[in-house]
This record gives sequence, C-alpha cells and structure tokens, in this order.
Amino acid sequence: MDILHNLLIGFQVAVSPVNLLYCLIGALLGTLIGVLPGVGPIATIAMLLPVTFTLSPVAALIMLAGIYYGAQYGGSTTSILVNIPGEVSSVVTCLDGYQMARQGRAGPALAIAALGSFFAGCVATLVIATAAPPLANVALDFGPAEYFSLMVFGLIASTVLAHGSLIKAVAMVIFGLLLGLVGTDVNSGVLRFTFDIPELADGIGFVTVAMGMFGIAEIIGNLEQKGAREVFVKKVSHLYPTLQDIKRAWKAVLRGTAVGSALGILPGGGAMLSSFASYMVEKKVSRHPEQFGRGAIEGVAGPESANNAGAQTSFIPMLTLGIPSNPVMALMIGALMIQGIAPGPQVMTDKPDLFWGLVSSMWVGNLMLIVLNLPLVGMWVKLLTVPYRFLFPSILAFMCIGVYSLSNSPFDCLLMAVFGLLGYVCVKLECEPAPMILGFILGPMMEENLRRAMLLSRGDPTVFFRKPISAGFMLAAIALLIVIALPNIRRKRDQAFAEEG
Amino acid sequence: MRIRSPKDFWAGLMFTGFGLFFAAWALSSYRLGGSLRMGPGYFPAVLGGILALMGLVILGRALAVDGAKVARFGFRPLLFVLGGCVAYGYLVAPLGLVLATAALVFISAFGGHEFRLREVALLAAVLIVLSVLVFVKGLMLPFPLWPARFQ
Repeated sequence: MDILHNLLIGFQVAVSPVNLLYCLIGALLGTLIGVLPGVGPIATIAMLLPVTFTLSPVAALIMLAGIYYGAQYGGSTTSILVNIPGEVSSVVTCLDGYQMARQGRAGPALAIAALGSFFAGCVATLVIATAAPPLANVALDFGPAEYFSLMVFGLIASTVLAHGSLIKAVAMVIFGLLLGLVGTDVNSGVLRFTFDIPELADGIGFVTVAMGMFGIAEIIGNLEQKGAREVFVKKVSHLYPTLQDIKRAWKAVLRGTAVGSALGILPGGGAMLSSFASYMVEKKVSRHPEQFGRGAIEGVAGPESANNAGAQTSFIPMLTLGIPSNPVMALMIGALMIQGIAPGPQVMTDKPDLFWGLVSSMWVGNLMLIVLNLPLVGMWVKLLTVPYRFLFPSILAFMCIGVYSLSNSPFDCLLMAVFGLLGYVCVKLECEPAPMILGFILGPMMEENLRRAMLLSRGDPTVFFRKPISAGFMLAAIALLIVIALPNIRRKRDQAFAEEG
Repeated sequence: MRIRSPKDFWAGLMFTGFGLFFAAWALSSYRLGGSLRMGPGYFPAVLGGILALMGLVILGRALAVDGAKVARFGFRPLLFVLGGCVAYGYLVAPLGLVLATAALVFISAFGGHEFRLREVALLAAVLIVLSVLVFVKGLMLPFPLWPARFQ
C-alpha cells in the first residue's frame, strides 16, 4: 500500500519533537484565537508569516495549519457557551449549541462538537492522503490554458460565498486582480502602477493587504459598536453525552464529515461554507426539523464536523495545484514561497516529507486538540472575560510588528493602514473582501498563464475552449455564474445568509 | 435623477473610479501588445475596462432600484487605529521598539470607548515586555529597542 507507506513517512516527520512542539503551538494558538471573537485565523496566520521564516518549511506549515483547524475547535466552544461565534464557521453552531447550554446540556454539546470534529479530522486526513496524489498527477499535465481556466473557475466559485450582490463580488475579484499586478512585470521588467515608490517595485505584500482588509477593518468595526460584550458562563457539569445523544448525533457527524470534505475541496470552499451547508442538510433530513434552533444535538454535531473536515480538505487544491481556495490557503502559499518552495503539483514528489509530514500532523494535531479542549474548556472560556479594550491594542501591536518586520520598512505599516481604510469602506458598502484577496493572489499567476497560453496558441483565444480540461473548467465557471444569477437560487442564497447573520 | 440605493451608488462609483484609473494608466504608459504577445499594459487595460463597466452597471442599478443607506462611519476608531499603525511604522526605526509600542497603544486606545490612563499604561508595559521577549529575544527580529543615540 502506497498510502500507508507514505503516511508512515509522514508520521515519522510529524512526531519528531520539534514538529510536535510546533503542532502543539499551532493547535494552542488556534484554539485561543478561535475562542476570542474578533481575531480570526487569517489575521493570526498573516501575523505569524514573517516569523515562519526562521523555521523549517515543515514546522512552519504544521504550525500554520494547526492554527486553522484549531480555530474550528475553539470557535465552537464560545458558540455553545456564550452564544458568540468565535469564528464565522461556528455561526450556525450558536443556533442549537447555545440552546443546549441553556437547557443545562453544555457538556454534551461541547463533547459532541469536539468528538465530531476529531472524527471529521481523521477522515479528512485520509481523504487528503488518498485524493491528493492522483490529483497532483493530473495536475502535472496542466498547461497554461488549464491553469488559467482553473483560476477563472476558482475566482467565480469564490463569489458564491460572498454576501450580497453577485456583481459586486465579481467586481471585487477584478479589483483584487488589478491590485495584484502592482509592481514589476515579470515579462518585460516594466514597473507598473508604482507611483515611483521604490517599496512598491516588488508589488504590494499579501500579508499587508490581508492584515489591513481583515484585521484592521475588523477592529475598527468592532470598536464602533456600542455596548460591552456580555459574558456569562454557566458551570459545565457533566461532560459525557448520553447514549441517546450519541445515537442521534453519529449519523449527523457522518453526514457533516462527508459534506465538509466535499465542499472543502471546491475553490472558494472551506470551513464556513461547509458548516453552513451541513446545517441545512441536517435540518432537511431530520425527522424532527422543529427541534432545530431549540437545542437539537444534530445541529451541533453536523456543522462542527463539517467545518473541521472542510478546513482540512481545503488544503487539497493548495497542495496539489498550487491554487489557493480561500484566503487562509493563500497565506499558506505565501508561507511556502517565503521558504523558497514554488507551490504546485511538484511539491508532493520533490518534497514528500513536507507533504506527508503536514498531512500526518493534522491527525496528530486533532488528537492534541481534543485533549486540550475538553478538560481545559473552563480556562478557554475565562479568556472571554478579557475586555476588548485590552485586546485590540494588543492585536494591533502584534500586527504592526509582523508587518514592519516583513522588510523593515515603515511604508508597510502605512500601506496596512491604507488597506485597513479600504477594507472598512468596503464593509460599509457591502463589498466582501474575501473574493478580492483571492483575486489579489491570483492576479500575477493569471496574467502569466494567460500570456503563455496565448503565445502557445499563436494568439487564438479559443484555446481555452478547445482543450478538454480547460473547456471543462470554463463551462463550469459559466454554469456557476448562471446558476448564482438565477433569481430562484439567489433568493435561497440570500435567505441562507440572512439566517446565518 | 435620485440616488435610490446609496450603498450601491458609492460602491459603483468606487469601482468605476478604480477601473478607469487602472485602464487609463495602462493605456497611456505601458505597451499594449497584441493577443499573441501581450505587453505589460494588456491585462490591466482589459481588466480595468471590465471593472469600470461593472461599476457603471452597479451605479445604474443604484439609480433604479431602492436599497440600503450607508451606515455611519465611526471616525473616531478609524482615525486613532489607523493613526496608531502609521505612527508605529515611522517611530520604530528612530525611537526603538519600546517607545513605538507605547505610542501605538496610547494612540489606538483613544479609539476605544473608554480611556483609562493607568490601564493603558499597564497594557503598554505588558505588551512591550511581551514583544521584546517574543520577537527580539526569542525570534531575534532586528528591532532597535531604544532611540539610536542612547544605545
């Protein structure tokens, strides 16, 4: 068995003391920021990106990955106990998890969420191990036309996730693509859109954009809301779910895992879409849909399994194609590039220890998380009592250090502030930053592949529809656009976001 | 003509503006090339054009369909949070990590709901110690700790 052999190599890498340590740090940090509302995995990973330069590539990726899936565990804790989603992917967990807590069943809710997440994490690890190698093999044959079409599809798919109007989301994608082009053009060496600022010659740093658009904008948004966060924590008494709970939950866990694993792979997918879709599924298949929103354990078990599965399988396109499917994966690509590794299908064959070490570490990390989360739940919840007026200057300080250390230049802090302003304005105008960030990452890659594809086809644009794989992506992208634009589905999507928000 | 959906109106205006800006700059300063050999201006000019068009569509819709108002801007947090970051960036090199962090904490704390001097001072002290330990001692990032002349 190839997979077993590979996983064995991976585990040897993952359980080395150094990597175990970074896995633990990642899982701890992830839980921490998952519990704290207003600090998400994107800002945290962006903050730590410059720091990973000093680590080995494997350790860096293991730690950053731990933050992402660790945040899914932490987010559920606050959703259940205090009705505050620590992460967007835990929003739906509030609906039934908090109700369960009010009925005095916080313990079982937490336990089911953690156990479901753990199960989903194990399955997702296996999914990556089995699905990634064949996918990477296919991807090795991808030419520029295929890559270009894949990116078009990915960007369109990312707009499905965006709230509000479709055309605004697409406009944000294009805006992001344009911002990504700032800097030196690799083909001609021409400096584009740099305003003669030398710091812009290398382009706008992705970390700077991500921290500004997500981190700073979010802090300002939180600060303008009046009123303090109310925190009351009931004592969590018994932790273990009853036999009846398990009977009701295990099918939901299975379904959630399946939904999450599938949606995580899609471009634009990931933890948030997965948890949300899973909740819908549970409500549909349940024989007691009226119990949802009143403390149905399926409503906790399904989404919590799904978001963890989705968080992990969203690594598949990043690891096999070198294409990020969500902003967190874009940061992972950034981490690879800091280490001098070009992301793409060759990573798996050139650096098997990196690939399999990362995959195996996810299982190890999930094990750590379940140990961390269940007994220590009380400690994590205490963190919530830290007032925001202490939190936000701390977050700002760490963000500034991170951005400044990118190139030891004050300009990066200024740029972060500019993007903070832009992000804030975009939120006010209901333009989602997430599609823009994806566009920003893909901008240079898209231009490069477009140029090569056109050169190879002697300037014939129909090449994107004549190559079968490329045509498949293009048709899928067009179909997706039509589907989202259809009034019926639009209404469903709006409804969905309304329920969630 | 009446603006019926202010959110869309401003968003449309923003996209049109940015689109025109990129397209005009690309067309005027960079070689376009053909579809066979694209110059540095080709991709941005096309994208800028599309963005401007989409902006116009959003603008047009804002005049035709009713929509939400733009929520009030929180100028106070906006000013102090952004100001704190910029101050930090330009103070670190001349004044060192300690004073720059203190400046950031004090400035940004003004953006919060309540400002209590002793609390903020304590927070600044804790953050300075933490960042020196973690980033300068632990991760060995090359930050000066104090103003250059005192070192």
